[in-house]
Amino acid sequence: MTPTRKRRLMLVAGLVAGVGLATTLALRAFQENMLYFYSPTEFVEIDVPAERTLRIGGLVADGSVQRESGSMTVEFLVTDHAYSVPVRYTGVLPDLFREGQGVVARGRLGEGGLFLADNIMAKHDENYMPPEVAQALEAGKMRAIERAAEQAEAARATGNGSAGGYYGGGYQP
Amino acid sequence: MIPELGQVALILALLLAMVQTVAPLWGSFTGSRVLMGLAKPAVTGQLVFAIVAFGALTYAFVTHDFSVAFVAGHSNSELPVFYRVGAVWGGHEGSLLLWILVLAIWSVLVAAFSGHMPERFVARVLGVLGVVAVGFLSFTLFTSNPFDRLIPAPADGQDLNPILQDPALMIHPPLLYIGYVGFSVAFAFAIAALLEGRLDAAWARWTRPWTTAAWVFLTLGISLGSWWAYYELGWGGWWFWDPVENASFLPWLIGTALIHSLAVTEKRGLFRSWTLLLAITAFSLSLLGTFLVRSGILVSVHAFATDPSRGLYILVFMGIVTGAALALYAWRAPMLTSDAGFRPMSRESFVLANNILLVIATALILLGTLYPLFMDALNLGKVSVGPPYFDLAFMIPMFPLMLLMGMGMHVMWRQMSVSVLARKLRVPAVIAVIAGVTLPLVFYGSAGMLTIVGSIAAFWVMLTALIDLLPGRGPARLTSSHIGMCLAHFGLGMLILGVTFVSSYDAEADRAAVPGQPIEVAGYEFTMFGTRGVEGPNFSAIEAEVEVRLDGELVTMLYPQKRVYRVQRDPVTQTAIAAGWRRDLLVSMGEPLGEGAWSVRIQYKPLVRFIWLGTLVMAIGGLFALSDRRYRLARRRSTEPLADGRAPAPGGGS
Repeated sequence: MTPTRKRRLMLVAGLVAGVGLATTLALRAFQENMLYFYSPTEFVEIDVPAERTLRIGGLVADGSVQRESGSMTVEFLVTDHAYSVPVRYTGVLPDLFREGQGVVARGRLGEGGLFLADNIMAKHDENYMPPEVAQALEAGKMRAIERAAEQAEAARATGNGSAGGYYGGGYQP
Repeated sequence: MIPELGQVALILALLLAMVQTVAPLWGSFTGSRVLMGLAKPAVTGQLVFAIVAFGALTYAFVTHDFSVAFVAGHSNSELPVFYRVGAVWGGHEGSLLLWILVLAIWSVLVAAFSGHMPERFVARVLGVLGVVAVGFLSFTLFTSNPFDRLIPAPADGQDLNPILQDPALMIHPPLLYIGYVGFSVAFAFAIAALLEGRLDAAWARWTRPWTTAAWVFLTLGISLGSWWAYYELGWGGWWFWDPVENASFLPWLIGTALIHSLAVTEKRGLFRSWTLLLAITAFSLSLLGTFLVRSGILVSVHAFATDPSRGLYILVFMGIVTGAALALYAWRAPMLTSDAGFRPMSRESFVLANNILLVIATALILLGTLYPLFMDALNLGKVSVGPPYFDLAFMIPMFPLMLLMGMGMHVMWRQMSVSVLARKLRVPAVIAVIAGVTLPLVFYGSAGMLTIVGSIAAFWVMLTALIDLLPGRGPARLTSSHIGMCLAHFGLGMLILGVTFVSSYDAEADRAAVPGQPIEVAGYEFTMFGTRGVEGPNFSAIEAEVEVRLDGELVTMLYPQKRVYRVQRDPVTQTAIAAGWRRDLLVSMGEPLGEGAWSVRIQYKPLVRFIWLGTLVMAIGGLFALSDRRYRLARRRSTEPLADGRAPAPGGGS
């Protein structure tokens, strides 16, 4: 092997090693920073990993926003009409946050099914619904109908007439 | 009446763009000078009609013609006239019209400043630009007509989104588009070279100023967008790795690689097919950016459009343009390779490393940007990729890039001995390490590993960029190209300094501000005294009065606002910013907490101004490079016809 060839080979080997290392690092970061989106239905019905950061989205349920006077912490329900997930957040809320409005919360699962959010996003345009939230709501409506049917079925089987409400929430405080 | 005039003008522009595409390309193959000669009048006519169409839409905005659907959706009788003009590009249809106008301006400039280039080459360049024009004009006319009427006309418009009512946002889209679309010129030059089957130093010299000009505008456009997001969105971030931001950043990265690769092609005749590939990629990424923004597949404030046919159109157009370009490249590029080699210790190697690292950065960002879209399209779940990924993925190639950049500026073409280089760079290296380690420790008390590395990198790049500008240290004759290179690299150093320090030492607190009770953030004391009502031209606001003290001394008074615009009724936060060289202080209002208290977000951002200042210096460096004498000389002399470019380029083959 000529010296030039040898040098070239070493250069190429060095490059390949460098690129390989960089790729490994990047892919690991990629894995760790993938944030999955869950609708309230998925959040309740699927086992959500407890340690991972994830996003949930839906509508802020009417009448659910609670704040102690003077406190920076708010609690509210995010709903897709089939289930509602309680969310706690401490900090300044975005401008368009209000009841009935679509939101996406980033955070992780806390104790008792409470979602601890570290970031709340509400969109800047009133007419604009994040596509993920819109789809979650569509799916949620279907799921609500299914659940109502299931509960009616169960009620008939036990002879108990008090079937759950049409929009029976998954969360009972 | 006027809107219909605009509509007709758009149709005529489309017809002329078709002429501009077909005639010169056809003529370039048959050798018909008449057909090739049609290109310039067609381009000029297209610009005239694009101006008429754009003027017609502007007129409709200024005169409150709410019978035009686009005007009704993006303006209001209370909107100040300045924003009515800017509202022309405040939505999907109008911003496409802006795109068309910008493309026509670039095309006419190319036609005007190509007197020294061979006729056939110019015909092909204009023909390719015609293809792009046809694509965008028909997209606008068939899917997104800004002149569509609304019958019956509403009494008033729905107003421009309040967060777009801002001076910086009036100029951000035009700058960005001038940059984006400017890469179509480099693309057209590349395709023309492939059609010719030859490429030489003259080609690179023709292409360089156009690419640099586009790069300057894109740099300014991105920077202005970042600045706008910083103060208008109000949450103190200056870069969010939002897919739409990435969409403009990806062509910028490849454009930067292209500028460097073109230098090698011009000076040494190397990297020829690689340069062409970069030119094709830069424009393809511009188109991809347009697709991402205009198709509405992104969850983003920027995505105005939600009509799937629009996304499909751009996707198909992008597929055709990029696919055809790459096919042509695969066929013709092998004819253009040069077998000249180069030594490891040469400017060529360092530019190659620059290109590889920039391409890696681009690929990693592209992965994070597109992956969620693929997952969604394949129904594999909805994911988003968090900013920490982008931070890390971007840093990996950037640190070696910084290290090599400082050396690369001082390495000679062809070959240089390591010891000469080491002698030249010894002093800046020592100073960079000392300054990089001590400054963060002295001013901020403590420093992590990443902070130290970042600040050394910043000083290293700034110092090495300055060497050649010192009297007696640089080359005997400083060309403005060379000054431009030094300035642009110095600006990058400033940018790194700002990014490092603001990322390491910023402080943020969300607190309940009770009147009269001070809140301490990063040593500053913020005291809110109370709120009052304020009336603006088209909004009402609640304004808080906040006093800022440092060690008991008054620093400034801040007046953040919570605005409600009268038409759209949504609350909008107006952050109050105390700007300074050493730090920015930001206060934004959240919501009332009862008993006069408000939730507030207080932020301390050290050296954040260096981020935008650095990009400004980079752009000024680009302007210096553009003003280099040799571009003007080349035009005057009109030498080196492309016909004999087949021979190895000057200086090649060592």
